[in-house]
Amino acid sequence: MSRVRSSAMRKGAFASVALLVAFLAAWQWGPDLLGIPTFIVPPLSMVVHEFVHAWQFDHLLFHTGVTVGEVLAGFVLGSLLGALIGYLLGMSPTAEFALSPYILALQIAPKVAFAPLFILWMGFTVYPKILVAILIVFFPVMVNVLTAVQGVDPDLINLARSFKATRAQIFWKIEFPTSMPPMFAGLRIGATLAVVGVVVGELVGGNQGLGYLLSFGEGQADTPMVFVSIVMLTLVGGIAYLGVIIAERHVLHYLPTRAARQTI
Amino acid sequence: MANVSAPVVRLEYRKVTMRFEMAGRGALTAIRDVSFSVYDGEVVSLIGPSGCGKSTLLNIGSGLTAPSEGLAFVDGERVEEANVQVAFMLQKDLLLPWRTIVENVMFGVEIQGVPLSERRRRAENLLSSFNLAEFSDHYPHQLSGGMRQRVALARTLAVDPHVLLLDEPFSAVDAQTRMVLQRDLARTLKQSGKTALLITHDLSEAVTLSDRVLVMSQRPGTIIDEITIDLPQRDDPIARRHQPKVNDYVALLMDRLDIGHANLEQQPAGGAA
Repeated sequence: MSRVRSSAMRKGAFASVALLVAFLAAWQWGPDLLGIPTFIVPPLSMVVHEFVHAWQFDHLLFHTGVTVGEVLAGFVLGSLLGALIGYLLGMSPTAEFALSPYILALQIAPKVAFAPLFILWMGFTVYPKILVAILIVFFPVMVNVLTAVQGVDPDLINLARSFKATRAQIFWKIEFPTSMPPMFAGLRIGATLAVVGVVVGELVGGNQGLGYLLSFGEGQADTPMVFVSIVMLTLVGGIAYLGVIIAERHVLHYLPTRAARQTI
Repeated sequence: MANVSAPVVRLEYRKVTMRFEMAGRGALTAIRDVSFSVYDGEVVSLIGPSGCGKSTLLNIGSGLTAPSEGLAFVDGERVEEANVQVAFMLQKDLLLPWRTIVENVMFGVEIQGVPLSERRRRAENLLSSFNLAEFSDHYPHQLSGGMRQRVALARTLAVDPHVLLLDEPFSAVDAQTRMVLQRDLARTLKQSGKTALLITHDLSEAVTLSDRVLVMSQRPGTIIDEITIDLPQRDDPIARRHQPKVNDYVALLMDRLDIGHANLEQQPAGGAA
């Protein structure tokens, strides 16, 4: 069984690498073969050259660092807030009933549309970007935690009550651990959305971060710089996602292996 | 005073009635005027049609639900909230997937604040008496249904209750496993001298495990009959099963439940038994 699987995985990994090589080759020679000008699709070598140039002269590392910091702050604060509100609403049906229309309204409103407003309020600082990220990360985490707390088997609660558990014990020994798998599902969504929130904030205003480099490149018609920014943003999002996956495997180690590994 | 050798009453229901408010449809009387006692060391089974309120009685006995009328007593004390003398076990094993087997067994004693060394000792003793010692550090999903149910029984016994309330504990496992689990339960109850109220749909389970069987009516449930099982070997249901009288008792219970003439359509569909 495991032998069949590891052989399937080896084949899959080989195909993945082959696909990457094919993609990079198509990127390098495709545009020229199809007669696409370099200011529309710059070939791979040009983007690599631009990367080195931006690293040396355009403070690429600094801008990446700013974006990473904003993503991290927005993700951590948004998740904490989302989890906290999720638990509180999950434990208080009255509060959930009273607040649900407003939460729904805020959830429907496109969060990135708040970016200009936050910049009006807080200026060209890192804070409006972090705030957009917080808002955007908040919902998937809160909704998943709320649903998990509401979905706890009442018989489990009764079992704990029959042992004379206090409210705090029911929370820490049953509700909190039960909410972990759905919370991680929310965190995974949040990790990628945090990057979206930060980039939109940076595009709207400011002179720092990869989103700024992106719009700067656009203004200069510097297509390779736009490509470099997109690649770096993808990398930041990917690393954030990977971080969540690693934490999830660590925390949810008790789940059957297959379910835990299916996640990527 | 009265007879000095009068047996000690562990669990008593006194004129218990339970009504549930149905949204917009008035009240539904689940059980009406139920009175009975379970004596020290006795195993009593409760049988009856689906929806006759058996599980409600169990919730009242464990203090999770307050009756609309009447009183429940455990060890002579009125049941007003959950209490440490009573522990229950359901059809669902209710094992926590993030806890290892030994941690699951310790769940109740942990909540009750028993020191770690003592609760570990109790859990390990119980696990080895159920032949589960080698699975201590496994997680529930690694065990079969029968083993998980045995872990649930160990968790119930770990708090050392006077009274066990068992709600169809073996109805979700296959027939062979069920017989082994019934034997384990019977032995444990006999050895520890614990008192138990067992809710079951399985008439031969009721006969082979119990000292007495109480028969409940359709909703609103009330006790319509009481049959004393006059058979030896209550600690070994597999041996007891071989006694010809078991079939007579099962036939008698079928008759009391009117199973031959029951109109299935009149019975409520599934739901709270």
